[in-house]
Amino acid sequence: MRASLDFFRISIWRVVFVAILLSGLAGLYVRFVYGLGAATNLTDSFPWGLWKGFNVVAGIGLGAGGFTVAATVHVFNLRRYRPILRIALLTALLGYSFMALALIVDIGRPYRIWHPVVMWGEHSVLFEVAWCVILYLNVLALELAPAVCERFGWRKLLRGVKAISAPVVIFGVILSTLHQSSLGSLFLILPEKLYPLWYTPLLPLFFFVSAICAGLSMVIIASWQGNRALGKRLELPVLEGLGRALAVVLAIYLLGRYLDLEDRGALTLLLRNRTETWLFALEISLLLAPMLLLFQHRVRSHPGRLYACALMVILGFIANRLNVTVTGLEASSGTHYVPKWSEISVTLSMVALGFAGFRFFAQHFPIFDESRPQVAARASHADQGVPVGVA
Amino acid sequence: MAKAILYDSTLCIGCKSCEAACAERWHLPYDDKVAAEPRLSAHKLTAIQTFGDHYIRRMCMHCVEPTCVSVCLVGALQKTALGPVVYDEDKCIGCRYCMLACPFQVPVYEWSSRLPRVRKCDMCYARLRAGKPTACAEACPTGATVSGDRDGLIAEARRRLAEKPGAYYQRIYGLEEVGGTCTLFLSAVPFEQLGLRANLPSTPLPQLTWRILSHTPHIASLAAVALGGIYWITHRREEVAAAEGSPRGRSDIEG
Repeated sequence: MRASLDFFRISIWRVVFVAILLSGLAGLYVRFVYGLGAATNLTDSFPWGLWKGFNVVAGIGLGAGGFTVAATVHVFNLRRYRPILRIALLTALLGYSFMALALIVDIGRPYRIWHPVVMWGEHSVLFEVAWCVILYLNVLALELAPAVCERFGWRKLLRGVKAISAPVVIFGVILSTLHQSSLGSLFLILPEKLYPLWYTPLLPLFFFVSAICAGLSMVIIASWQGNRALGKRLELPVLEGLGRALAVVLAIYLLGRYLDLEDRGALTLLLRNRTETWLFALEISLLLAPMLLLFQHRVRSHPGRLYACALMVILGFIANRLNVTVTGLEASSGTHYVPKWSEISVTLSMVALGFAGFRFFAQHFPIFDESRPQVAARASHADQGVPVGVA
Repeated sequence: MAKAILYDSTLCIGCKSCEAACAERWHLPYDDKVAAEPRLSAHKLTAIQTFGDHYIRRMCMHCVEPTCVSVCLVGALQKTALGPVVYDEDKCIGCRYCMLACPFQVPVYEWSSRLPRVRKCDMCYARLRAGKPTACAEACPTGATVSGDRDGLIAEARRRLAEKPGAYYQRIYGLEEVGGTCTLFLSAVPFEQLGLRANLPSTPLPQLTWRILSHTPHIASLAAVALGGIYWITHRREEVAAAEGSPRGRSDIEG
């Protein structure tokens, strides 16, 4: 572990980090003092923009690694993936927390964010998403509680938390399945507004499957970052397995997208020279390329290449979410939306804080599995009794 | 009996008396500058728009099955038995999903306010309850806008279409759009020439999401049983091993 002495060391990344945070604060100042109209380029005909599209719709998807790996390890009992469980849970907790923070910035009356808890609009997909996310944040806290208990030596609490872990994990998987798909259902209500390359009755299914891809990619990226920036052990054989799973899920997803376009007779839309066509092509290539690459062992087993593939998936995933929430709605709205500087700076600040939060927790809490020596990467868990990094 | 508004574009002279009456009812400033604005906005909840020789009025359509009501996660928007779709600003959190979802792009937002509200026509709900016509209908000098019972106004609209077939495009806008609306339009030309959406389905949009949303309890309970079952099966081997005293069977979940 790095000593905390170099906290004040100036590096190019710290300068960038501080610059982003300062611009984000400026954006927040404009937002809260002069209102949404001054801080965003949103209009009556284009009421949802970058904060909803990126921070909320994409952000929740990026946290999908938490439930995917939790289900793999706990429900399917594939212990091999245990070393990356807490990494996945941490990406999820941070993703969801910053989503909630962004939502507070985005909604017109932030101090009423609790309203859905007591005022029920049970016919709204957003109501379901809100409830699932609130509950799932609690699940994530419980799932990560062992790391906190271990850090501070709260043995009694640790035992208590572990005793209820099975139902908690299952509850979390159900909640995630519901809200990840419901984020897609949000747009089912826009049949005549969303461009037909993206509008399909299967939106909830596609959102669910692509969220798994994004979540797995986030775990790969977080592991790689932990290795590069903090010198944490890279669980390469485990990540190689994730890469394999990622390739398969991506293949299923892309095949599904193709069949859906064909079924709806929307393939001919690809011949039109429109902005939507090109952004669709961008989104698909950013998912297709890593899929093809990840099917090759020499790519999966190489940390840098695996990381590059995961990064492509993330970018393709974000492109998809922005296409559904922003690009695909522009033509029907009759307006052109480009986010204002303050929207971009607040968004970047959330991302930067996410990175910083990950670094902080990875440094000060048992997130990465450090129970085993560096060399014994293939060592089986069962041979070692109860490892420290158990969640 | 559901109330409705019938706007007959062929009778409209574009005097914008309805706009002025509406502004007065909402205590909004109204002058020549506001009158010249063609679009709905937070300070203009109805607008007369000009398309060549023709006028069209824009305002809340008061859908029979409103999309905005179905998407509101706090129930700030409600469909009243009397017909109007009303908004409770004390509940609204400002997520703007109603604005995104409305097929007629009607709800508008107070973008420049620090504590913004959604704004839209409420068909003068208080006046209707008192048995009075809407402010716009009362102000209209030519009878282009009238308010009354929806069934009665539909019959009246049909009568006009039949009486002067040459003067009208033979359809009532709002009769079937997204399952029907309580604001009805008649016009001399096809409605898309007046900037209205002609590609709307005749089924209410809330069904699109409710079809899926209503299955949530089923999906959740099925998933709970399936996941619990898988958990039970995948951990069975360890229980057996533990019972046989093998070190392989140590479960570190319960441990």
